Amino acid sequence: MKQDIFQAISDPTRRAILALLAIQTLTPNAMADKFDMSRQAVSKHIKVLHECELIKPEQSGREIYYHFNAKKMQEFDHWLAQFRKSWETQFNQLDQLLTTIKEQE
Amino acid sequence: MNNDLLFDFNVDKAAKTVYITREFNAGQSLVWDAFTNAELLDQWGAPAPMRAKTKYMNFEVGGRRFYAMISPDGQERWSVQEFTSITPKTNFKMYNAFADKDENRELPGSEWDYNFSEQNGITKVHIVIFNESFERLEKLLEGFKIGFTMTLKNLEELLTTLS
Repeated sequence: MKQDIFQAISDPTRRAILALLAIQTLTPNAMADKFDMSRQAVSKHIKVLHECELIKPEQSGREIYYHFNAKKMQEFDHWLAQFRKSWETQFNQLDQLLTTIKEQE
Repeated sequence: MNNDLLFDFNVDKAAKTVYITREFNAGQSLVWDAFTNAELLDQWGAPAPMRAKTKYMNFEVGGRRFYAMISPDGQERWSVQEFTSITPKTNFKMYNAFADKDENRELPGSEWDYNFSEQNGITKVHIVIFNESFERLEKLLEGFKIGFTMTLKNLEELLTTLS
């Protein structure tokens, strides 16, 4: 079954992996080192991230490097960011309202 | 605005839940009023350029707020909030559902839980939104269609927020 992007990103380790891959490409072994995890644990996370297209493999010599698929992430972020943004806007409006009320007192 | 004020936003899809925490530079009593008084709510409760308009609000257990979010071109999106629990100044819960202009609800809706606490003149509001269906949460967004472009820089910021 294809992985759900929300499910993929709900895990803190996978988010950390994504944040790192956004800056540099990494081999599975390098990821295991960075996160102090077993190779198997890393493979599981890679499988989930790969299935929902958040990361892409690239063969380079004998090594496979994974890189972050920004386009896929943007689709998801766009959705989430709109929701977050709408709250941010409302709360900023409330900040202003609270200031106005306090000044009137 | 004061950038030192905490703003935390988390989505847990598996639990169909959204967690929002925000601090405000005001006392608990005033912030409570801003969230529970229709006249104040309408002044901030919709993201600009949208605006909120409350038709009526009975803030009591079993009571309702019937209100609309209105877009700049005049489109109205009505909702009914039904208050299920109120502990003055510290907590209230409600059941929120979209509705037509005649107050007929489209179920299922979502459960909202608001908590208020104050420390050193700063009030923290913690909101938990539970949706029976995640598709509905996506629908919720349709009300907030604001032009918004995501850049990679925001992405990193977002990941930090989600961590």
